[in-house]
Amino acid sequence: MLAYTMQRLIVALSVAFTVSVVAFFLLHLSGDIAISIAGPESTPAQVEQIRHQFGLDRPLVVQYLDWLWKAVHFDFGNSFYFRDTVVSLIASRIGVTLTLGAISLLLSLVVAVPLGVLAAVYNGTIIDRLALSFSVIGQAIPTFCLGLGLIIVFSVTLRWLPVSGASTWKHFILPSIALGWYAVPAVMRLSRNGMLEVLSADYIRTARAKGVAPAVVIFKHALRNAIIPVVALAAVQFGFMLGGSIVIEAVFSMHGLGYLAWEAIARNDFPVVQAVVLILATIYVGLTFLADVANAFLDPRIRLA
Amino acid sequence: MALLDVQDLVIDIPTAGGVLHAVSEVSFTVERGETLAIVGESGSGKSLTSLAIMDLLPRVAQRRATRLNFDGADLLTIPARQMRKLRGSRMAMIFQEPMTSLNPAYTIGNQLTEALRCHDDVGAEAARARAIELLERVGIAGAERRLLQYPHQLSGGLRQRVMIAMALMCKPDLIIADEPTTALDVTIQAQILRLLAELKKELNMAMILITHDLGVVARVADKVAVMYAGAVVERGSARAVFKAPSHPYTRGLLNCIPVPGRTAPGAPLGAIRGQVPNLIGRLAGCAFRNRCDFAAPECAGEMHFETPTPGHDVRCVRLAAQKAVA
Ligand SMILES: Nc1ncnc2c1ncn2[C@@H]1O[C@H](COP(=O)(O)OP(=O)(O)OP(=O)(O)O)[C@@H](O)[C@H]1O
Ligand code: SF4
Ligand SMILES: [Mg+2]
Repeated sequence: MLAYTMQRLIVALSVAFTVSVVAFFLLHLSGDIAISIAGPESTPAQVEQIRHQFGLDRPLVVQYLDWLWKAVHFDFGNSFYFRDTVVSLIASRIGVTLTLGAISLLLSLVVAVPLGVLAAVYNGTIIDRLALSFSVIGQAIPTFCLGLGLIIVFSVTLRWLPVSGASTWKHFILPSIALGWYAVPAVMRLSRNGMLEVLSADYIRTARAKGVAPAVVIFKHALRNAIIPVVALAAVQFGFMLGGSIVIEAVFSMHGLGYLAWEAIARNDFPVVQAVVLILATIYVGLTFLADVANAFLDPRIRLA
Repeated sequence: MALLDVQDLVIDIPTAGGVLHAVSEVSFTVERGETLAIVGESGSGKSLTSLAIMDLLPRVAQRRATRLNFDGADLLTIPARQMRKLRGSRMAMIFQEPMTSLNPAYTIGNQLTEALRCHDDVGAEAARARAIELLERVGIAGAERRLLQYPHQLSGGLRQRVMIAMALMCKPDLIIADEPTTALDVTIQAQILRLLAELKKELNMAMILITHDLGVVARVADKVAVMYAGAVVERGSARAVFKAPSHPYTRGLLNCIPVPGRTAPGAPLGAIRGQVPNLIGRLAGCAFRNRCDFAAPECAGEMHFETPTPGHDVRCVRLAAQKAVA
């Protein structure tokens, strides 16, 4: 188990490192940072001056190593646009995004897993077909359309919930539904197929032969095995949700990381973009790592290998 | 009254090509403490027959019978809840596939004690004690340690021993062992069979032992039912069937195994020529007639059992003619 955990940890760290390298070089190759900082009206001399002042005239590799050295000490420099350090910017925004992501993920799991189990247990019946149609329709609706639709119905027409912002728990309801919706079809289908496969396994027949109650067969004997791949998928879906939060935070004007990324990209605020990319990637990689560990915990064949 | 009474069991499975008559005419009884061996080649419907008794058939399979009684209870009309109470406590089953029959996510101890605790109101300690006692009885060393292990940490032979212990947790009246040794090494096979026979005697259980192995049948069975293409073609006391095997299929099977004292060393073993018929669609007459040396036009008509000696039934319309030829 320890060896397995270390191995997954090393994989996670190398992925995070790779993402930071790729993001750094892509950003630096996509435009001249010195010109963006200096502004369109600046003279070539001013641009050169800035290039030198920010160390942009050094080789890229040196710049990257410099950035990395500071990054591991939680120093991401200053924002070009906001009058603030990148670290305090991110610190003030990350809470909204993590809350939104966590609620969305929870919401989608709470809906998708029971629905998948139900569809598998009643395989081939009307319940199964309804669940499948629901997942097909679910996938066809883009996140921002759903977000706008929810705003029109629940905020504008019914006036039950606020339109925008992130100050109370009520503000999180609609965005979480809009974002969580995205993960429901995939999680549901995986739960359903996993359950279908497990329900026809020999050990399920053994459990029934023992005279175990049907609910115990489904939840203790089947779901425990079917849920293992769902845990890994949930981590991946959370990653997609962090990406999706850029859209949702913009639609609902929630000042989270996604919104920050959107603002920073629009203004060529490179230190912020670079840091947000690294943070999102690290959260994603961290979750995948946790999912691997959870898997090992759920599956004794991995844990005791 | 017999412990188990099966009359005219039929199992149909609808398939894309038509209805598969997997089991078409199966009748037998098992008395308390008796061992019935069911023999027959692969696909003859042995597993489905035993699953039908336990009400564990796959959902697609349809079961019918004129009688299916267990200790006076009518299994054809019994409510699902009551059936569940019988399963595992009064009748238990050991499966053909020891490698996949245990749940990979739970310890051996968890799965063993569950078998007892889902029927009897016993505490965790008492259930654990019973599990240890049975693991030791089925020949597993270090029982206490085994309780904490997971199935993947055990060999196939050990897993089958665990399955046997699990089946015995509630002291059942009937144990169904469906080819319990097919998936195991030859050396382990004999040990497991010996263990089963011993336990059966010790606990005075009735047993249905499903096997391809006629040598095993001769050693442990009180009664034999020979199945071919979903039907019982010969049944009776093991002594009568082995002394005077009467159905051409049974005789073919017996020619396929060497008999000490009767088969000369190095002599060629017989094989039954031809193929098992397709069981999709209605099959009139004797299902064995495409492979039978004695087949005649009347074999395509109604089938019935002949009784050469009392308690020995043979599903063949040409018994007399066979004798004349032989
Ligand atoms: N779920 C199923 N769907 C369709 N056909 C099935 C199913 N289960 C069994 N059958 C068919 O029913 C017939 C009898 O199967 P069964 O498993 O009872 O044979 P068996 O005598 O136990 O054979 P073996 O010695 O190989 O275990 C076979 O022809 C098999 O293909
Ligand atoms: S009924 Fe006819 S075909 Fe069938 S076993 Fe007897 S002799 Fe052979
Ligand atoms: Mg079988």
